[in-house]
Amino acid sequence: MSDLHYLIADAETSFANCLDIPALESAKAKYLGKSGALTEALKGLGKLSAEERPAAGAAINVVKQAVESTLNLRRDAILAAAQAQQLASETIDVTLPARAQSLGSLHPVTLTLRRVEALFHSIGFSVANGPEIETDFYNFTALNIPDNHPARAMHDTFYVDHGDDAMAYVLRTHTSPVQVHYMQNNTPPLKIIAPGRVYRVDSDATHSPMFHQVEGLWVDESISFANLKGVIQDFLQRFFERDDLTVRFRPSFFPFTEPSAEMDMSWNGGWLEIGGCGMVHPEVLQHVNIDSERYRGFAFGLGVERLAMLRYGVNDLRHFFNNDLRFLQQFIK
Amino acid sequence: MQFSEHWLRTMVNPALDTHQLGHAMTMAGLEVEDLVAVAPFFQHVVVAEILSADKHPDADRLQVCKVKVGEDVLQIVCGAPNARAGLKVPCALVGAQLPGISIKQAKVRGVESFGMLCSAKELGIATEANGILELPATAPVGQDIRAYFDLNDHTYTLKLTPNRADCLSILGIARDVVAMTGASLHVPQIVAATVTTTETKPVNVMAPAACPAYFGRVITQVNTQAATPDWMQRRLERSGIRSISALVDITNYVLLELGQPLHAFDLATLQGDLQVRFAAAGETLVLLNDNEVSLKSDDLVIADEKGPVALAGIMGGKPTAVSEHTQAIFLESAFFTPEVMAGKARRLNLSTDSSYRFERGVDFGHTRQALERATALVLDICGGQVGAISAVENTLPQRRQVSLRYARLVSVLGIEIGIQQVGQLLNQLGFVTTEAAGVFQVSAPTFRFDIAREEDLIEEIARLHGYDHIPALAPIAPLTMLSAPEAQRHDHAVRDLVSQQGYQEVVTYSFVDASWERDLYGNTQPIALKNPIASNLSVMRSGLWGGLLDTLSYNLNRQQSRAMLFEVGSRYHRHADGYREVLTLSGLCYGNQSPEQWGNPARAFDFYDVKAHLEALWLHPVNYVAETHPALHPGQSARLYIGERAIGWLGKLHPKWQQQYGFTQACYLFECDADAVSASKVPVYLEVSKFLPVRRDLAMVVAANVSAQAMISAVLEQQIPQVQAVKLFDVYLGKGVPENKKSLAFLVLMQDTYKTMVDEEVENITQRILEIWSTQFAATLR
Repeated sequence: MSDLHYLIADAETSFANCLDIPALESAKAKYLGKSGALTEALKGLGKLSAEERPAAGAAINVVKQAVESTLNLRRDAILAAAQAQQLASETIDVTLPARAQSLGSLHPVTLTLRRVEALFHSIGFSVANGPEIETDFYNFTALNIPDNHPARAMHDTFYVDHGDDAMAYVLRTHTSPVQVHYMQNNTPPLKIIAPGRVYRVDSDATHSPMFHQVEGLWVDESISFANLKGVIQDFLQRFFERDDLTVRFRPSFFPFTEPSAEMDMSWNGGWLEIGGCGMVHPEVLQHVNIDSERYRGFAFGLGVERLAMLRYGVNDLRHFFNNDLRFLQQFIK
Repeated sequence: MQFSEHWLRTMVNPALDTHQLGHAMTMAGLEVEDLVAVAPFFQHVVVAEILSADKHPDADRLQVCKVKVGEDVLQIVCGAPNARAGLKVPCALVGAQLPGISIKQAKVRGVESFGMLCSAKELGIATEANGILELPATAPVGQDIRAYFDLNDHTYTLKLTPNRADCLSILGIARDVVAMTGASLHVPQIVAATVTTTETKPVNVMAPAACPAYFGRVITQVNTQAATPDWMQRRLERSGIRSISALVDITNYVLLELGQPLHAFDLATLQGDLQVRFAAAGETLVLLNDNEVSLKSDDLVIADEKGPVALAGIMGGKPTAVSEHTQAIFLESAFFTPEVMAGKARRLNLSTDSSYRFERGVDFGHTRQALERATALVLDICGGQVGAISAVENTLPQRRQVSLRYARLVSVLGIEIGIQQVGQLLNQLGFVTTEAAGVFQVSAPTFRFDIAREEDLIEEIARLHGYDHIPALAPIAPLTMLSAPEAQRHDHAVRDLVSQQGYQEVVTYSFVDASWERDLYGNTQPIALKNPIASNLSVMRSGLWGGLLDTLSYNLNRQQSRAMLFEVGSRYHRHADGYREVLTLSGLCYGNQSPEQWGNPARAFDFYDVKAHLEALWLHPVNYVAETHPALHPGQSARLYIGERAIGWLGKLHPKWQQQYGFTQACYLFECDADAVSASKVPVYLEVSKFLPVRRDLAMVVAANVSAQAMISAVLEQQIPQVQAVKLFDVYLGKGVPENKKSLAFLVLMQDTYKTMVDEEVENITQRILEIWSTQFAATLR
């Protein structure tokens, strides 16, 4: 029976010459098909004696298994080669640019306002809003700036043509009137910021007739000027992510706060003015029926464009309102 | 307020250098806006006398001068044509430093020269010069030129706040420096002049409440041609006031020195007695600035028998002004109350040094002394004979006592200052105080108009103690959480949702061109500004499209070819009780639907692209109804509704505006109330069905103008429980569909939560839907 062993090498050669599955299947028939050499050999077992049969059968099976194993290896190899070829043909240039959609972004003033809101929100301030077309009363009188007060000259005010001169409407010159609205409708303790557009009759390289402020107000029983300094310093250090940043308060004058201060921030070895603040004037509290003996508060107003310019290194105020896409798209983040 | 440091130091001279003094003023609330030296640095320049000037042997234009500079006589070669014997000039000695040059011993065309005779320009004290600077014959030879001209001086410019009228004079600033530093005050001595003429001018004050104090006197035989002394000219110039004539300079000098506005009339032009009264309607006055003003009945005037001669506290009249021919004057020093002065100059579009001070408050304890001070200066400089003062004094403002509780001060400032220290600071301010049990009773002096309540005193203490010495402390307050309404998207969500779809946020002005309102919104009566900054920024916007289109134009002019823009901001409307502002979201798409790229075929934006952007914003179903809008293409515009409420518009820019803007491609616009986007909901769980849904596709033929949205809504309105969704998946016009008709293919998804639907149920529901469409839309199955 040993003469069947040659079939193993024979099959190996035959299978190796097959390049695809159909060729392999037909090559297989010569050994394992109905009349293949090994099938015939198995058929021939019947002619042997019962004593010879088991040994002969086992010998044939050894050969058969070897041929089948060779066949399977070759089959796997052919399939793998075919798949590799398929994958190679499907290769793309992964470095081609993506199928682009446009990228939008937010205006730097919005980014700045969000940052301010988030920082104050983290210590419990909520956001309040008020009208931009404001009555003379809310913009001035309720803030302790009566008619003909010289402080009105500090605000170059836009007046709305209302037709009826008895009622004067202005474009709000600051966000401070929101304080008054809010205090009229809420009871202390109060803790708000009021971001928004404000207007002054002024237009040059460093002034825009429309710009943004954030007003802050905290009214409670034990709020002090020292707390105002604390909150402002904390805010600026967090806003600019600079622990070494210091704040300087300079005495100033606003009719609706007393004591009042201008806030300066240390910047590149000098001082930069970033807004005004002070303790809410008792006159303002009385206007809105808050007991000024029991409650005190501080208020502040920050220039949003100024913060944005410093934060993002913008050197010209006019960029914010020209809306040049080449400028705005630098703020995608 | 601009002034000379040396002038200030004549009244108060604290041990602080120029910059330290400036810093002290700034930190006490008198902000130093500018600080400049009156002359640049130079040294070793002295007063010299030219003894002789001879022609240079080898140069036509040079002279060889012998110059006396003290004990020594120097030989100096000079090119200035005005160098001549007997002239006194500044001489830079060998070793001198001038701006840009240092002086060395030199040979000029072979002749030794030991210094340089200087022009004003070479010293840096003038921008132009013609020859060397000629000094008066009285200039002392050998004196350092910086000392001679007082050039080591500086000018401060203060940015004063409106409450600090008391600092509108050298005396006022000096007082505040005393309060800051504790240094002593030296006020110029004022002695009443001896009366030498009987001439007087009677004055009647008919408006005593408006003018509680009026002092005036005649001075005759005045030499109006007299020269203003150098020291006075210098102080005025360094305070920003040009020297005009001796009399005008004297009134300006006293104004700056003491803060008291004065006025001098030409006595010869005044007819009869003077009155201080309110103007009669119809009266007019030609002012010093040549403007003729019509007076109103609340304008306070000085008048003679013929009529008004001056607008009290604002400006004198032209006809009675002093001139070079004036021989006698009537000099006025008065107190007009801030209440009567407020707003008057502004109404006439005027602001004078005088009105500026009276509006804010002039020291009424000093009115007579100021007149005496001016009298003395007139006598010194112009000579003359002095008449008796016509004085009218009525009830002056009362300074109310103000209480200051030390405990309140501590709680407002958040810092202990010390009761002793508070008392000392109040005294340094010139306040009269008594203290008992921690409560000060304080009377403010006549020059302070800003001390009426406790906070005013707290502010004074705070600023003098120094804001720098108040610590920055974190507040101590209860920690309570803020509310977080879940059925409301955060304000930020609107902007995030839009920008994430590729839109760029812009910020445009709230005031716009009236033509934008008219053209884009049909608004012919916009809310106008009385004082717009420019005609194209004159009305309040009732919508945001004008700003967006303008921004598009701006960018198309800068090589952009495509844009997606949005803005969130207010639009403004009139309202029964005033005005209403609606926070609005507006957007614009222009150019190709995607940025230029290899991956997709290029195509322009269309209506449905922008509609898809909007659909991504809503959490509530929005209906799109074909309606027309002035800005939009009439066949491509939709009004947006949530239920009955109109929330905005979507459409294509009308071709006529497209053409007017010069846009080569179509532009799509949307605008809606921002709160329509921010309304959200708290999700409520519904059982998820375990059973498979059934799908039926229904192709319907309807008239071309039938709204697919309406067909879907009609089915959904029936609220058939098993109908989960009705969606349009195909629109077909053309072969096989009659003209003026279209075929719409809908899929209907049906599902029962609790059981599998049987064919009969599915069939019944399908029939019901077909019946709805047949009756409401004359739809037939294709």
